[in-house]
Amino acid sequence: MTRLAYYPGCTLKTNAKNFEDSAIATAEKLGIELVEPERWNCCGTVHSLSTDDVMHHLAPIRNLLRMEELSNAGEVDSKQVVTLCAMCYNTLKRSNMVFNEDSDRKKKIQDNMYKEDIQYSGNIEVLHYLEVLREMGWDKVKESVVKPLNGLKVAPYYGCLLLRPRGIGIDDTDNPTIMEDMLEALGAEAVKFAYSQKCCGSYNTVHMKEVVADLAYKILKQAEESGADMLITACPLCEYNLGPRQSEVEKKYPVFKTIPVVYFTQLMALAFGLDEEATVFTGNKPDPRPLLRDKGLLEE
Amino acid sequence: MSYPKSKLVLRMGPKNKYFKDRVTELSGENVDLCFQCGACSSGCPMTQEMDYLPSKIIRMVQLGLEEALESKTIWVCTTCFNCEVSCPRGIDIANVMEALRQLVLRKKYNRVSLDDLSPEELRDLPQIAIVSNQRKLTA
Repeated sequence: MTRLAYYPGCTLKTNAKNFEDSAIATAEKLGIELVEPERWNCCGTVHSLSTDDVMHHLAPIRNLLRMEELSNAGEVDSKQVVTLCAMCYNTLKRSNMVFNEDSDRKKKIQDNMYKEDIQYSGNIEVLHYLEVLREMGWDKVKESVVKPLNGLKVAPYYGCLLLRPRGIGIDDTDNPTIMEDMLEALGAEAVKFAYSQKCCGSYNTVHMKEVVADLAYKILKQAEESGADMLITACPLCEYNLGPRQSEVEKKYPVFKTIPVVYFTQLMALAFGLDEEATVFTGNKPDPRPLLRDKGLLEE
Repeated sequence: MSYPKSKLVLRMGPKNKYFKDRVTELSGENVDLCFQCGACSSGCPMTQEMDYLPSKIIRMVQLGLEEALESKTIWVCTTCFNCEVSCPRGIDIANVMEALRQLVLRKKYNRVSLDDLSPEELRDLPQIAIVSNQRKLTA
């Protein structure tokens, strides 16, 4: 087992527990132990874009310091940290970049963390779980597949923060293939669709849910018209806006037909033949299980 | 060699210059690079909710027009970075939007309040939505 530091983030412990459970189980199957540090805090959720902002980089950098402590204590095998949530990934990675490239702000961040036992070196590498899989090789992922997802047409929804801005994203900003490659390794058919990188409305879901329903409608309808049976995502906020928020879409667009949206790790768990404690499809709205039963991928 | 004087002269008053300088400083972006191609506006997912297109906001900042701070546009921007990756002039437009929001938020302004949400909504919404919403839109 390779031991890899793991940063969960807030929503992975609540609404997106199915994301975490399926990721940990699939990683284990691939020989990776995801090691969560005893203490961690909010990543900040959104990267602070103003040039004079120091305060909001403390939360992400403090998390990276926790990962460095894990590494120093020999509890993990590398100076890397893996995230599942696209927003955590983006925030941690960008703050790390600010820390390493802006010496003025680096000093201020360090000065504000004087109560820590050690100083953060800047040497932790932030990875997304999909990158870990790509690094391992899709052939290796394929070896773990016992139930290929034959006949399942899946639209990969990337959203924003996995790919943008340039230099931060896990794949080519304009023409990503990482999720398609993963789906292919699982035996599923990847469906390209025009809105796979269009924003779901993000945090506007709190006070402008009708607008988010418009965006979700466009994205989901496009996926369906392109032939997809379902969508996958890597972000708990996208999952919420495109999944549970379909009830709002239905209110606004009576013609709309619901379509399942799951985390990519859940499909991995299914293809790896893992049990329902690993797939946790009970946590998704709309329920993906009727579709998966229809396709012969899930027992009655 | 002398050039004929143009009849159209655009003079920037001290207030306009101050505003433009503040936005430039906070965003770290040189808005004068913009030549109004509109790529940012064409890819923006939120334009239907905006009063001014993103490209127009950039133009307003170029001219130092403080009215940009009163626009709805800066508040409905989702920071999806679509404008940023499509700008042929390399302007990080999301940083400019953030600078404009910050100029307002730093005067203790809250765009949204959790008091407006019902207990059911508060229970259903994932933390990631609430925290990012509050981080972006409150002082």
